[in-house]
Amino acid sequence: MKLTDSEKAMLDGREGPARRKAMELLVRYGEALNVERFVETTNVAGVPGTSNPFLESYYREPGDRYDVIFSRFDLDSDEVIEVPRISVNSCHLQGGVDPENWETLGAKPEHLKISQAGEASAASRGIKILKTCTPYLAGNVPTKGEHCAWMESSAVVYCNSVLAARTNTEGRESTSAAMLTGRIPDYGFHQDAHRRATHHIEVEVPVDDIFNWGMLGYFAGDVVGERIPVLTGEYSQANLIHHKHFGAAAASSGGVEMYHVVGITPEAPTLEAALGGNRPVEKIRYGKAERQRTYETLNARGKDPNVDFVMLGCPHYSLDQIQAVCRLLEGKRVSANCKLWIFTSRVVRAMADREGLTKIIRDAGGVLLTDTCSSISQAVPPGTKVAALDSAKQTHYLPAIMGIEAWFGTTQDCINAAVSGRWNGVAP
Amino acid sequence: MERGGAMSGNKSGKVIVLRGRKVVGGCAEGEALVTTQTISGWGGVNPMTGTVIETRHELRGVSFRDKILICPGAKGSSGWSAVFHIARLAGAAPKALLFNEMTTKIALGAVVMRIPTITDLDQDPLALIATGDWVKVDADRGIVEIRKAVAAAGSGALSAAV
Repeated sequence: MKLTDSEKAMLDGREGPARRKAMELLVRYGEALNVERFVETTNVAGVPGTSNPFLESYYREPGDRYDVIFSRFDLDSDEVIEVPRISVNSCHLQGGVDPENWETLGAKPEHLKISQAGEASAASRGIKILKTCTPYLAGNVPTKGEHCAWMESSAVVYCNSVLAARTNTEGRESTSAAMLTGRIPDYGFHQDAHRRATHHIEVEVPVDDIFNWGMLGYFAGDVVGERIPVLTGEYSQANLIHHKHFGAAAASSGGVEMYHVVGITPEAPTLEAALGGNRPVEKIRYGKAERQRTYETLNARGKDPNVDFVMLGCPHYSLDQIQAVCRLLEGKRVSANCKLWIFTSRVVRAMADREGLTKIIRDAGGVLLTDTCSSISQAVPPGTKVAALDSAKQTHYLPAIMGIEAWFGTTQDCINAAVSGRWNGVAP
Repeated sequence: MERGGAMSGNKSGKVIVLRGRKVVGGCAEGEALVTTQTISGWGGVNPMTGTVIETRHELRGVSFRDKILICPGAKGSSGWSAVFHIARLAGAAPKALLFNEMTTKIALGAVVMRIPTITDLDQDPLALIATGDWVKVDADRGIVEIRKAVAAAGSGALSAAV
């Protein structure tokens, strides 16, 4: 690789052993990708130094636990080095356990202890503890063209598509190394040529709510896989929440890291611009039949109409979504046979507390949780057999991870199920 | 770099040689495990055993531990590298990796697994290699030697493999 003087200085150890180890790892990664140079990144989102019982028992070396885990696992170093303050605007994504509702999640006190110790150590090194899959809803909103190094597929696709910032789907080790060095390989979405649409999806049915944007995203990911779709057609102006659900779904059924919506997303003023002058590899229609098939695929793991768990907040709910749920819950109570868990970020939770929304949910029999979700924590209420979800992404993962049934529908369908204990969702 | 006589050491059975680009250096040999489906890390693999757990995957229930894993590439969550990294620590990683489609996930995963890895092969490894074939990977030189299991049966090469 061709390194700049400051990159060579880091690699030579002139910036200390941690930056040397971080550069060594990034060079190995850059060579694996077959790229010549790094870009300077100013915005990193990862899960630095996050521990778990396996890593705790595997790395038994003496020393500061955060230094041990960060150097041995995150930097893949054979020796433990002291981890200094990070150099770049960096945040910690979702993970660990909700420090308030950990018992609800079935976590053990030692899990909470590991999580809180790691958090304090990360914070002391300058890492922002956002603990969310939606950093863009918690104060981290990259600007157009900004080179980022982000993990979390739903955040990556939002970053590229909606914000026109630039990131590949990075991993834990590369983001932790980037926090120390401000470098990430100049590959893929950092380059103009790799941001152009490859597949054209013509939307022939109205798409105007979370439910429909989620299904369209799930369909898009399924048909384009790892490629880049551009949409034209019958959609209304998509807001932040619609993008959040569309992108998360497309990144789950496929590996979509960027999409274009003509007239809406910043790099798609026209179809031609989104395609960058190329012809689409394929033109695909999304009509009634495709919508119906997507709905059926998402509901393939739903059989029993008796719902004992409703989980909302994948990706983490925004304040608007929490307000909407509170309106739907007005004058109602969650069924004695059902649990209602809603996940959000700590920032949004703090606002919800102030606005009395957390209390409305609690008074109705639900819980507003933070930091994680059922799939990440592999946590559902004891005895759960059938879940109801308004997220195509969570519907993709949760039944497989937990071995339960799941229904997918609108937020209203889910609240109805929480209140009645029965699924009454209908196909669009 | 490397030249043609690389696989002249072959004594019996048909040997196929592929050439590609080093992703991670090193040499290893072992029995092939081939899938035509991309592999998910987080939520798709149990890193403690190396077993594929994804519901509809053709390798579901099969472990890649100590195999030469041959696949089209990686898909799914950004936790891919961390899951395969843990598989290495748990002793459940493959011995070597050959794949077709480069992504950040598989590049970083191969790096932290520290196993010989090659991509951009001159012929499709998914078409030429079958599960059970004996595969020798010299990633430093970008060379893959394949001894077909069927052709090698009775020659001693297969029994060496199992």
